[in-house]
Amino acid sequence: MTDPILKIEHVSKRFTRMPGLAERLVGKVTGGGKPVTVHALTDVSLEVSQGEVLGIVGESGCGKSTLGRVVAGIYAPSDGSVTLHDKPVARTHGGNIDKLTTQVQMIHQDPFASLNPRMKVGETLAEGPRYHKIIPARDVQARMRELLEKVGLEGAYADRFPHQFSGGQRQRVAIARALAMEPEVLVLDEAVASLDVSIQAQVLNLFMDLRRDLGLTALFVSHDLSVVRHVCDRVAIMYLGRLVELAPADELYADPKHPYTTALFASVPTVGTGKRRFEAIKGEIPSPINPPSGCAFHPRCPLAGPRCRVEVPRLTDAGTARTVACHLNDGGVDAKSEVAA
Amino acid sequence: MTAALDVQGLTTRFATRGDPVTAVNDVSFSVQKGRILGLVGESGSGKSVTGFSVMGLIDAPGEISAGKVLVDGNDLRALSDEDMRKMRGNKVAMVFQDPMMTLNPVLRVGDQMAMAVRVHRKMSKTAALEESRAALEAVGIPSPEERLQAYPHQLSGGMRQRVAIAMALLHSPSVIIADEATTALDVSIQGQILAEVRDLADTTGAAIVWITHDLAVVSSLADDICVMYAGKIVERGTAQQVIDHPRHPYTKGLLDSIPALHEPGKHLPQIPGSTPQLSRLPQGCPFRPRCPRASDICKTVPPADTVDGQTVLCHHPLERT
Repeated sequence: MTDPILKIEHVSKRFTRMPGLAERLVGKVTGGGKPVTVHALTDVSLEVSQGEVLGIVGESGCGKSTLGRVVAGIYAPSDGSVTLHDKPVARTHGGNIDKLTTQVQMIHQDPFASLNPRMKVGETLAEGPRYHKIIPARDVQARMRELLEKVGLEGAYADRFPHQFSGGQRQRVAIARALAMEPEVLVLDEAVASLDVSIQAQVLNLFMDLRRDLGLTALFVSHDLSVVRHVCDRVAIMYLGRLVELAPADELYADPKHPYTTALFASVPTVGTGKRRFEAIKGEIPSPINPPSGCAFHPRCPLAGPRCRVEVPRLTDAGTARTVACHLNDGGVDAKSEVAA
Repeated sequence: MTAALDVQGLTTRFATRGDPVTAVNDVSFSVQKGRILGLVGESGSGKSVTGFSVMGLIDAPGEISAGKVLVDGNDLRALSDEDMRKMRGNKVAMVFQDPMMTLNPVLRVGDQMAMAVRVHRKMSKTAALEESRAALEAVGIPSPEERLQAYPHQLSGGMRQRVAIAMALLHSPSVIIADEATTALDVSIQGQILAEVRDLADTTGAAIVWITHDLAVVSSLADDICVMYAGKIVERGTAQQVIDHPRHPYTKGLLDSIPALHEPGKHLPQIPGSTPQLSRLPQGCPFRPRCPRASDICKTVPPADTVDGQTVLCHHPLERT
């Protein structure tokens, strides 16, 4: 593997909601009214190499979208850093972002919400490059047409408004807009999740072509395990704000190590009439406001032991180039004292 | 045996400023007691409008212009509005995609469930609450007594959808229509609910119509599958026939475009173009512009059902394998 270009180091992100006046007044009597903190990301470290597509997978509340946004510089991390070629992707000033790299671009889930309905798509595409003077002003028009063609649309579409496009076409426009900034890294947040199956295949094919032609590096955030397997080189599985497993895609799918990964695969319906029974994961996804002690997955884990209730598992090596955060891979699930004895 | 649900020639139109749009076009299917029918299609295929039409929930400018909806042999379309209201939630029930839309946010779960019980049957509130508790238990909700006291916002998304399913079960309906009922849920929660729905069909004998865009879900849940395209059922058969041996080029195209069935990184076979607008359907076969097997006849003549155990609305169906 080549040297990593994108480094996510010990990133945590907390969101704190301050209580309103009424809540504080009530709190004076009841003892409540304290700020509520959501731990969206806790100590996540990842590295992405040139030309690699890293999948980020998990269920609601696992922090996958927050991670995508921290990498794209939309959120400033509470702790830790994200660097591209050893330079921070965002410069913060007093907790707010005041300067952002153009080298990381994001593609959002909903192409109906992410395009300005009152701007012609050509204008939408040209806005970023013009502002940042990425291409000379006289070349902008030609470049926009070229971009539209690159994503499988016609150059003449530059004069159309978003409502004249179907969902799949809009997502192509969103991809073109990201590419217009000539980024090194793309962050795709559920970029095909809202598309119909037949359209999803078209957009995935486009992504794979672009990746090959432009040598793109990407973070592919998705809840869809089969899509991730198809386009990603490595996959990170997240649960309640923490990384629980990281492995090359083929190895992860062939042999998941973390009980959560295993259970996730078992609960996904697959096409084919062979498997008629789901082995569902029991229980609910806990709230990130008040995560369980120890390993966050222990209340739902069929293999949990006493140690899982008290000690947060570390990420440990589980073969070449793969890591897993589970006590089963690190001395066992029995209480520490028993392991020592 | 009379089917629990027998839909014949159902047609639903919507008046627009131009010509009326036929969202559901001569749709027929039936579901036996205890069976699950998967109704699959992409956006705009008419699958949801079919579900709403069965429930008689089409408002102006929409209109059910033809067809019969037989539940246990009785035609719902022949009923007066008042009699239809008595059927809804009683003999036929519906579960929607977003449980927050189904549940009243300002009423406790128990109160609204008891209300739903007493709308259709005379009984004390205590008895109605006891029935509600039993229904919550049947859908796998832990400590149902406590949940009866909760407001919807205190429950997770999966729990709310379970409550919505429990409400649909209150009167042991003959037919349950579920419209994208697990689409908004996480996979691990979806897995739990699908397993429970399968059990419910087996134990309660309800006929279930499961409407979804997700072929993976129906292939593991449904007994029979109908595939819809542009308002029509283009292929119908047992789950095994449709998934393992699709005969309509559209079904085949849909199945082929699913990433899980292909070697990672390889180009996915794709259906070209996009779903047609119902107001501008091409003459002949509506799938023709996107179809790899289309010929001249497809341009002019709408295909008729070719029935040999499997319904395939196509001039050039794939060979039986």
